[in-house]
Amino acid sequence: MTTRKLEILVGAFVALSIAALMLLALKVANAGVAGSDQSYQLLATFDNIGGLKVRSPVKVGGVVVGRVANIHLDPEQFQPVVTLEINSSYNNFPETSSLAILTSGLLGEQYIGLQPGFVDENVEILGNGDRIEDTKSAIVLEELIGQFLFNRGNQ
Amino acid sequence: MILDKLQQLGAATLETIQGFGRATLMLAGALWGRPRFVKAWPLYIKQFYVVGVLSLLIIVVSGLFIGMVLALQGYTVLSKFGAEQMLGPLVALSLLRELGPVVTALLFAGRAGSALTAEIGLMKATEQLSGMEMMAVDPLRRIIAPRLWAGVICMPLLAMIFTAVGILGGHLVGVDWLGVDAGGYWSAMQANVDFEQDVLNGIIKSTVFAFLVTVIALHKGFDAVPTSEGISRATTQTVVTASLAVLGFDFVLTAVMFGG
Repeated sequence: MTTRKLEILVGAFVALSIAALMLLALKVANAGVAGSDQSYQLLATFDNIGGLKVRSPVKVGGVVVGRVANIHLDPEQFQPVVTLEINSSYNNFPETSSLAILTSGLLGEQYIGLQPGFVDENVEILGNGDRIEDTKSAIVLEELIGQFLFNRGNQ
Repeated sequence: MILDKLQQLGAATLETIQGFGRATLMLAGALWGRPRFVKAWPLYIKQFYVVGVLSLLIIVVSGLFIGMVLALQGYTVLSKFGAEQMLGPLVALSLLRELGPVVTALLFAGRAGSALTAEIGLMKATEQLSGMEMMAVDPLRRIIAPRLWAGVICMPLLAMIFTAVGILGGHLVGVDWLGVDAGGYWSAMQANVDFEQDVLNGIIKSTVFAFLVTVIALHKGFDAVPTSEGISRATTQTVVTASLAVLGFDFVLTAVMFGG
């Protein structure tokens, strides 16, 4: 076979593998979504974060507005502090907003639900580095079962 | 009696170490100086065709079927827990992290590695390699180097094609046949697959495997006993050694990449 014909076949092979990489990068891994966008950070302290992980989504009414950027333990209060990275296009949440750690489905992943609060002239808008005070911890299934059994025992 | 056993053990050990040494010398000779991509272009393009393009069919067909089987098996278990939505991540993660690089490397060892060994072994048996040396042509640079580069570059490309075709095969069975929601299949996959952690690590894995398989195949051929029996033994050894090396290194790489 001539070199030209071989080159065409090898070129088609390389083009096919580039197409495969594009499929993996864009359709499977969705590389373009996180990281490149502008974002600002919010802090929140919880009593118990359950199974929350870094990169877990932050949702408002089911819409993903950001992700968990960092989780660490406050060394004095011994409470977990969660850093949220919120997309800059959603920059008008009032400081009366509340956070809750929720579970998608019965066995699904845990995510943070953000419930926007009321707005009046005394309420400020959350900005970079602000702390959300009103938080609700994750429901730990074992504690729930324990409470249930305890109540049954009292009856 | 014991001394005889001891001698056998020592001889086997020395033979193994000498094999490593000869392989390293071959590799050093082939890689000495930068690859002559421009001057020896026809040699390289020929090997890219033989090693890459001709392996394409078996890679695409096996990728398709492995993706389809994964979706079928995963669905039966996931549907018991009502978690059919996780079929996409299951198929994508197992293909990207494990099956894509490993199965491609095993198929590559069988399809391209054995062919490389037999070709070089026959060249040695028919004294073509000695003939080249007589004409002051370095067989390491003319024969080994193009095949080495073709193998190291082609196999990661084949692994990517394998993975992509496998994910599409999983889509075929999961979505079109078993009725998993198409949006859920892709969106759950996108939520769970990370580009650097999963896709790039898979490519790094397949590059390491490509290097292992190609070097083993070339070394076994270059080192073969130049008889018909020697070539057949070298070809068998290529497939066995390369497969074992791939599986062993896979465990180490997985422990380093995903274990921590």
